[in-house]
Amino acid sequence: MATTSHEHGHNPALQHHFDTPEQQREAATLGMWAFLTTEIMLFGGIFMAYAVYRWAYHEVWALAATHLNTPLAAINTVVLLVSSLTVALGVHAAASGKQRQVVLLLLVTILLGAAFLGIKVTEYSEKFAHCAGYANPITWISGGATLEEAECLVPGQQFHFPVGHGAEEASSLPNIQRNAQLFYLLYFCATGLHAIHMIVGISIMAVLAWMAARGRFSSEYYTPVEIGGLYWHLIDIIWVFLFPLFYLV
Amino acid sequence: MSTSAIPQNYTSTRADSATEWIKSWLLTVDHKRIAILYLLSINFFFLLGGLAASLVRVELVTPQGDLMTADMYNRMFTLHGVIMVFFFLIPAIPAVMGNFLVPLMIGARDLAFPRLNLLSWYLYMGGGVFALVAAITGGVDTGWTFYTPFSSSYSNSNVILTMSGAFIMGFSSILTGLNFIVTIHKMRAPGMTWFRLPLFIWANYATSLIQILATPVLGIALLLVMVERVWRVGIFDPALGGDPLLFQHLFWFYSHPAVYIMILPAMGVISELISAFSRKRIFGYEFIAFSSIAIAVLGFLVWGHHMFVSSQSVYSGLVFSFITMLVAIPSAIKVFNWTATLYKGSISYRTPMLYALGFIGLFIIGGLTGIFLGVVAVDIHVTDTYFVVAHFHYVMVGGTIMAYLGGIHYWWPKMTGRMYNEAWGAISALVVFVGFNMTFFPQFVMGYLGMPRRYHVYPEEFQIYHVLSTAGASILGLGFIIPIIYLTLSLFVGKVAGPNPWAATGLEWSIASPPPTHNFDQTPVVTEEAYAYPEDAAAQDSDSWQAGSHL
Ligand code: HEM
Ligand SMILES: [Cu+2]
Repeated sequence: MATTSHEHGHNPALQHHFDTPEQQREAATLGMWAFLTTEIMLFGGIFMAYAVYRWAYHEVWALAATHLNTPLAAINTVVLLVSSLTVALGVHAAASGKQRQVVLLLLVTILLGAAFLGIKVTEYSEKFAHCAGYANPITWISGGATLEEAECLVPGQQFHFPVGHGAEEASSLPNIQRNAQLFYLLYFCATGLHAIHMIVGISIMAVLAWMAARGRFSSEYYTPVEIGGLYWHLIDIIWVFLFPLFYLV
Repeated sequence: MSTSAIPQNYTSTRADSATEWIKSWLLTVDHKRIAILYLLSINFFFLLGGLAASLVRVELVTPQGDLMTADMYNRMFTLHGVIMVFFFLIPAIPAVMGNFLVPLMIGARDLAFPRLNLLSWYLYMGGGVFALVAAITGGVDTGWTFYTPFSSSYSNSNVILTMSGAFIMGFSSILTGLNFIVTIHKMRAPGMTWFRLPLFIWANYATSLIQILATPVLGIALLLVMVERVWRVGIFDPALGGDPLLFQHLFWFYSHPAVYIMILPAMGVISELISAFSRKRIFGYEFIAFSSIAIAVLGFLVWGHHMFVSSQSVYSGLVFSFITMLVAIPSAIKVFNWTATLYKGSISYRTPMLYALGFIGLFIIGGLTGIFLGVVAVDIHVTDTYFVVAHFHYVMVGGTIMAYLGGIHYWWPKMTGRMYNEAWGAISALVVFVGFNMTFFPQFVMGYLGMPRRYHVYPEEFQIYHVLSTAGASILGLGFIIPIIYLTLSLFVGKVAGPNPWAATGLEWSIASPPPTHNFDQTPVVTEEAYAYPEDAAAQDSDSWQAGSHL
């Protein structure tokens, strides 16, 4: 006598506690959406802090933002947006069962993600190089050009926000060092947390690419690609908010 | 292939060696086994938190600080608060009873994400280890509220370790909530419509919404405090340009909803108990269901009532005060509906019912004093006094723990297949009720008279209340120990319960006790409402009553 709960034994991707693949897919997707809500609330705390201090110290913060490397960040924004496109195409390819294309598109996504992180590291190390007195990370290692005007935008004992050339009104702002430091602290926290999510995202993409290469997906079953894609889009969207808030405003 | 010859249940083992047996528990993905893992670990933390509370109460017997130094005292009540809030009250009912019952009640074979469920338990334990290590290596002295700038700049105790513990445990809570939401949406058996769900499910659903929306905000707030402590940059310390109120806002944005994470599942348990032991359909099903959702939603809008004296603007204080009054409405709706369910029911005073009735009484006191506190003018008088301490213990101990104990007794036969000793059950329920009131009622009085919270020395005039309170706490402690003894004994000597010892409705009672690993041999098809007790249950019961039947 076969029990009803085991008659679906033929589909290896279907876990035993689900009745139909459809149910399993919907559950996974809803789970991912719920998780993304959680992520938004997590970053929400940082955005809240941003709003409070932007309001309190808007002049200093506007000034502080000018010392970020906006061109690099702009490139990064483009890189991420393109990666969102490749992920979306990857999901589409998975839906139409084109396995090789899926692998390819996911690998491109990983590359773009890595490029983003590389650029981010460059930005960070530039700030650290300035603290060490060098103009950029390369001269820091090879011992080249030093910085003309002392600047250290990494929060900590050494923090020094330059108020030199012609910015009389800047130096008259109360507690400019302290408040600029707060800006950079939040900058590092927000972009750092985002970078951690990028690393997780890249790992997910790597696993998905590997699974796709092993032929685990088909046009009937590609839920992991789909929800992995959702996660990737979320990371992108968060960056789309971080970029203008820190670099542009 | 049929293996129906030997009755297997989720506790029976197929392992032939001890290591395999241990593995079969520690690596299980069965929601019922995970519930048992939680039961054991959560009760362990409860005893630990209780130990800290006992030491606090013993210190307070005399007005001088003779048992501990002031510093030690601070660490002790913080240990108590952190353990009880983060490692007992928040996970207790969802992680133990929710885990066990959500799939059973909706007719599913497991939660939607069984492995994630196991991960939640490991995260819980991981967070617990952090908290324990922090406690053993010196403890924390900030209070469970971790207020800045004390926690971020001035305290020299194990703040970071403890916060990491709470942070990690938070993710356990988030994942449990996520799992429940998806399970309740997607895994219901055919015919199990939303309005046929047991109210316990509605309550857990509302709780889960809070868990996934509020917990990450606490996570980020704790993370920022840790960053501030490490880098000494003022996010929250006003001396460094930070804003301590921002911390309080972020903290209470989680921690007020968190009190509903504690009470909503408890209310769900009470709805089940009241209906089962009145043998009557619950009165106003839809109202109870929607009041859970209303509480979850409104609960997000009242956090400012913890900050009336914090220099938050008086206008926002007034708005928060007003919305706080609104939250009391859905809470009251539930109490009225439970009472109406009792009316003309066939009430039997079994142990779970004693806890349920106790809950209603204590929750009324706790809730009404919450309204006192929600009035700005009254709150300014009693904030940071024992009045607040009494209020929240009435809702958290009188509410959540009463429901937890009631639920454990009610579903004990389902979980273990055995009945506990009913006489001892009733005795301990009464001991808990008496001990509880004796512990916490004097605290309302002394708080109103001006006894501040979190002090280990106090003026002599308050001693009488403290002595009463400590005496009550000893009785209460006894009331928690007795059930541990007879419940454990019942595993060996308890009467075999059978599938449905309470003659209750609900899918969980339609299968064997303890349930088989896959819960349902055949996916059940639901054709009636929840709590479909016969209309004339009371008449039937009184006709068939004879001497020796249960009350
Ligand atoms: C009927 C609804 C309730 C109302 C109107 C209410 C109102 C309040 C108010 C205004 C305070 C702030 C007092 C002060 O700090 O000066 C407070 C504190 C508190 N309430 Fe409630 N409350 C309610 C229900 C609950 C429930 C159900 C729980 C928990 C299960 C709870 C747990 C707490 C805790 C833990 C605190 C103190 C937190 C602390 O400062 O350590 N309350 N309540
Ligand atoms: Cu509150």
